Amino acid sequence: MTVAAITPEYIGERRDRVENFHGNQIVYVGWDRHLMFCSPVAFALPPETLFSTLVDDVISGAFSQHPDFAEIDWGKVQWHLNDQPFAPERDKSLIEQGVDHKSIIRMATPGLNGIEGSGS
Amino acid sequence: MTAKKLNMKEKYSLLTRDLDWEYSYRDYKEIFPQEEFEGIKITDWSKWEDPFRLTMDAYWKYQAEKEKKLYAILDAFAQNNGQQNVTDARYINAIKLFLTGISPGEHQAAMGFGHVGRQLGGVGARVACQMQAIDELRHVQTQIHAMSHYNKFFDGFQDFSHMHDRVWYLSVPKSFFDDARTAGPFEYMVAIGFSFEYVLTNLLFVPFMSGAAYNGDMATVTFGFSAQSDEARHMTLGLEIIKFLLEQHPDNVPIVQRWINKWFWRGTRMLALVAMMMDYMLPNKVMSWQEAWEVYFEEAGSSLFKDLARYGIEMPAYAKTAIAEKEHVSHQAWSIFYNYGHAAAFHTWMPTEKEMDWLSEKYPNTFDKYYRPRFEKWREMEAAGERFYNPTLPMLCQTCQIPMGFTDMEDPTATFYRQSEYDGERYNFCSDGCKDIFDYEPEKYVQAWLPVHQIYQGNCGGAEMEDVLGDYYKINLGVDNMDFHGSPDEERWNAWHNLPSAEDKLKQAS
Repeated sequence: MTVAAITPEYIGERRDRVENFHGNQIVYVGWDRHLMFCSPVAFALPPETLFSTLVDDVISGAFSQHPDFAEIDWGKVQWHLNDQPFAPERDKSLIEQGVDHKSIIRMATPGLNGIEGSGS
Repeated sequence: MTAKKLNMKEKYSLLTRDLDWEYSYRDYKEIFPQEEFEGIKITDWSKWEDPFRLTMDAYWKYQAEKEKKLYAILDAFAQNNGQQNVTDARYINAIKLFLTGISPGEHQAAMGFGHVGRQLGGVGARVACQMQAIDELRHVQTQIHAMSHYNKFFDGFQDFSHMHDRVWYLSVPKSFFDDARTAGPFEYMVAIGFSFEYVLTNLLFVPFMSGAAYNGDMATVTFGFSAQSDEARHMTLGLEIIKFLLEQHPDNVPIVQRWINKWFWRGTRMLALVAMMMDYMLPNKVMSWQEAWEVYFEEAGSSLFKDLARYGIEMPAYAKTAIAEKEHVSHQAWSIFYNYGHAAAFHTWMPTEKEMDWLSEKYPNTFDKYYRPRFEKWREMEAAGERFYNPTLPMLCQTCQIPMGFTDMEDPTATFYRQSEYDGERYNFCSDGCKDIFDYEPEKYVQAWLPVHQIYQGNCGGAEMEDVLGDYYKINLGVDNMDFHGSPDEERWNAWHNLPSAEDKLKQAS
């Protein structure tokens, strides 16, 4: 049983199918230990977006207000994709390296642990 | 022969149980088509103990008397310019949250009990649901009337029902009630009647009503008194439904346990809004959220579940997580609203120094360590003319629909992530509770109307945030939203009380 329903074989509408996003897919990005941004953020991006575009344009637009942002050594960032360690290639697209619809990318910046090291 | 006057017992019987009749030409299952599909087994409806012992004629009489008193006080409140006597204009934002987030829930409950009151086979339960449906309708009406006075003097009240159906954070209470109302009749009763009205209701009403009393809001306090005896009745109905289901058949026990787990968790998540209201939005504090949680859930709840243990019912599955979160949840929720204060129909602000000290004292294990540095940074940014607003839409939990602002209680600076894959698609959650709810009934929750995804699909007005917030949500931009400091609400308040305007204060400081 996948739902308790009075209608036999009830099927629900998949409201967030990738087809509904006009050529985009949803990608979530969270910056570990930087809870000044209260939650991970959501972007609607073409699946062909290069990882370099994600980092240089999209992520910087979201997180650059944080004083730690300018300090990030991008070569040392530890990435996770859907909870698995991830080694992104800058010149490959999101979809080419497995970042599909409603995937979560987490970035950890060792040594940068938020305001006064508080995780904020 | 003159008609003999009925005694109370006869009258009660005639006006409740005797409203029913024998179904002679239609099959019972045709009349009550929703009674079996949830797997609940009812063997004998006559075992239902009417919880109210109240007949309709007595009900009308009591309620009419309460209304008379309520409206007399509301009139006096309005004539005496009661809006000027609250502690501080910041307080009014708690009332905006109540009107947009909670009053429409009363209306949802009225519709829910009206529906369930048709679907249950037992006449005693049907009459009880009917009375509660009318109570809930009375609550939404009287709340709107009580708060309408504030609408004349403060911003953000004007489109509360429109907002309830659209605004991102109001999808939290809306989806909660939508979930309950689209469940079967017995789950609805366990969800709203028991888990919400019995287990968690004190954590909703006591903070708002005591908060009103501590902050000079006579209108809301008076509404609270007027609803109190109704709430007491609702609690007895909630307890009766649980005991009745558990006594009817042992097969009901695991189903009821699963519903308690689910609705305790859904209720707890929704109460994050109340937690932040209590700790951050009341200028005069009643008690901390943590203290309220300890009194009304940990103490009262543990004796309740001790009592239910004889039926084989245990504490809700996620109670341990919820208990650990009591030291964090209000700060995390306020952080969410501070981040997205430009997208809310009420004002947000950073606590004053004195208020921060109160938070440090009430939350010795968490506030200074995790939250004060963040808040001081935000205050510093505001002072520099760069009040922090999060420029990007948040990731939401598929089930509770709250931005993913909750952390791992084993590692409180790490966001808590959970993911499921279902039918080839990923679904993301803020907690094990929310993930388990989805995993059990994915065909229900794949339909969730997640505000952030709806915006990205282009279903919420134009492409710019102003189109969504202004045209689609009907927030008056620059008036209803943004920080309290510099708001028209603040300006009016300062003018009433001959306080210096924000601009003058800045000049003085420089």
